[in-house]
Amino acid sequence: MSETAEHVVVVGGGHAGVQTALSLRERGWAGRVTVLSADHEPPYERPPLSKGWLKGAVEDDGLAFRPAATYAEQGIEVRTGVRVERIERTAREVRWAAGSLRYDHLVLALGARPRRLPVTGADLIGVHALHTHSDALALRAALDRARSVVVIGAGFIGLEVAAEARRRGCDVVVVEAGERVMQRALTPLMSSFFADRHRAAGADLAHGVVAAELLGRDGRVTGVRLSDGRRVPADLVVTGIGVEPNCDLAREAGLHCDDGVVVDEHLRTGDPRISAIGDCASFPVDQRRIRLESVQNAVDQARLVAARLTGEPRAYREVPWFWTDQHGGKLQMAGLTADSDTHVVVGSVDDARFTVLCWRAGVFVGGESVNRPGDHITVRRLLADGVPLDPAAAAAPGFELKTHLRHALGAAA
Amino acid sequence: MATVSYVSHAGEETTVEVAPGTSIMRGALNNSVSGIYAECGGETMCATCHVYVDPASADAFPPVGEDEDEMLEATACDRESTSRLSCGLVITEAHDRIVVRMPECQR
Repeated sequence: MSETAEHVVVVGGGHAGVQTALSLRERGWAGRVTVLSADHEPPYERPPLSKGWLKGAVEDDGLAFRPAATYAEQGIEVRTGVRVERIERTAREVRWAAGSLRYDHLVLALGARPRRLPVTGADLIGVHALHTHSDALALRAALDRARSVVVIGAGFIGLEVAAEARRRGCDVVVVEAGERVMQRALTPLMSSFFADRHRAAGADLAHGVVAAELLGRDGRVTGVRLSDGRRVPADLVVTGIGVEPNCDLAREAGLHCDDGVVVDEHLRTGDPRISAIGDCASFPVDQRRIRLESVQNAVDQARLVAARLTGEPRAYREVPWFWTDQHGGKLQMAGLTADSDTHVVVGSVDDARFTVLCWRAGVFVGGESVNRPGDHITVRRLLADGVPLDPAAAAAPGFELKTHLRHALGAAA
Repeated sequence: MATVSYVSHAGEETTVEVAPGTSIMRGALNNSVSGIYAECGGETMCATCHVYVDPASADAFPPVGEDEDEMLEATACDRESTSRLSCGLVITEAHDRIVVRMPECQR
């Protein structure tokens, strides 16, 4: 092993943190592994919280990341309820209110926190965000009683909640400051497809406006005053206006932070003994830096750090992918498509089975698939293998992604 | 409880007990059996829980669904007639012994 650290301490019990520990063991790491989690419950899966679990399709005990016994069997010490307050880099120690721990290598998987709505009334009863299991429990209980729901922010979380609220028969208004839904992640065509779907299901989408004030009576929310003066009644307000990376701990330890803990392509911070991964990490891609909030990114970055610590360093080049499910539209995205400039649609938009293939400056950068899971997997493989794709070829009649991949791989073999 | 044997690509067999209601995929993760990635956590989104079901167990599960069929066409290792995504293979009271083989790669 090139790096012979003995004790890996992971701060954060989300997907990134726990996967780091599991991957270290899978790769034969013989040293001590400790995961410090601020949560009071054992590590759990987050994606179902706004998807299957919220609908009641996934049981509470189906959320556990792994059975508790697995960690013990794997020699992974998971300590819950530990909120690390300080990193002492010289002493190589993390400290919290009731204790401290020495590390040889520290992995910061600090996650992110939902951005708070900066308006009057944001602390009223009936105003919810969705990030943790306890947030989800509170939100689901509120949905059980809700009649009029205002969702602030038309991102993934907001729209997943909006879809579930409509499914339950609530009146739903979605308030979005931008021009279109899921603007930060999707092409205009896909935004418009999902906006239509939400409208067809009976939701009201208000664009170009923000919540100016949350209105309440006796401490409980009763509605939202919008920036255009409109007042929308609500007995439940859900905010989904993005997250902020948790970097205070890193910043206070003198590590460089800029919309996330800044890391190199090996996911190392400026301190060679400290890595940062997952939602909190700002990493280089081509000539820019990005930060991704997804399970794929969390898990792949965890695997990469575990590989480096067990002697197989490599640069982070994984293909980002993400999914959402709204009103029966299963959307899977591969690559970074939001700022693409050329698009070709394969399949049928009318039948809600299609893929938007995306190019930026002539380079194939990804695809967004609705109810075309085979296309999605194929796009991921094209990107991972660096298989070029020409827009004119993709637009030609009879074009099949699968065939294109097969030909390319066959030609390479 | 069913007895599920996971046979790695290298031929190493791991046998574990899996409770009804639990998928073959989850059974692997819960018992630290490597060879199944399960990136999406079992939502039929990622095709990284590909297995080959032993012919003796072939009729033990419902037929391949539409999404699964599409995704199996694009798995990292080639599809065979016994290919399945193990997130959808849920153990029931009727199951006794199931054998699955793992592909060489998942992505």
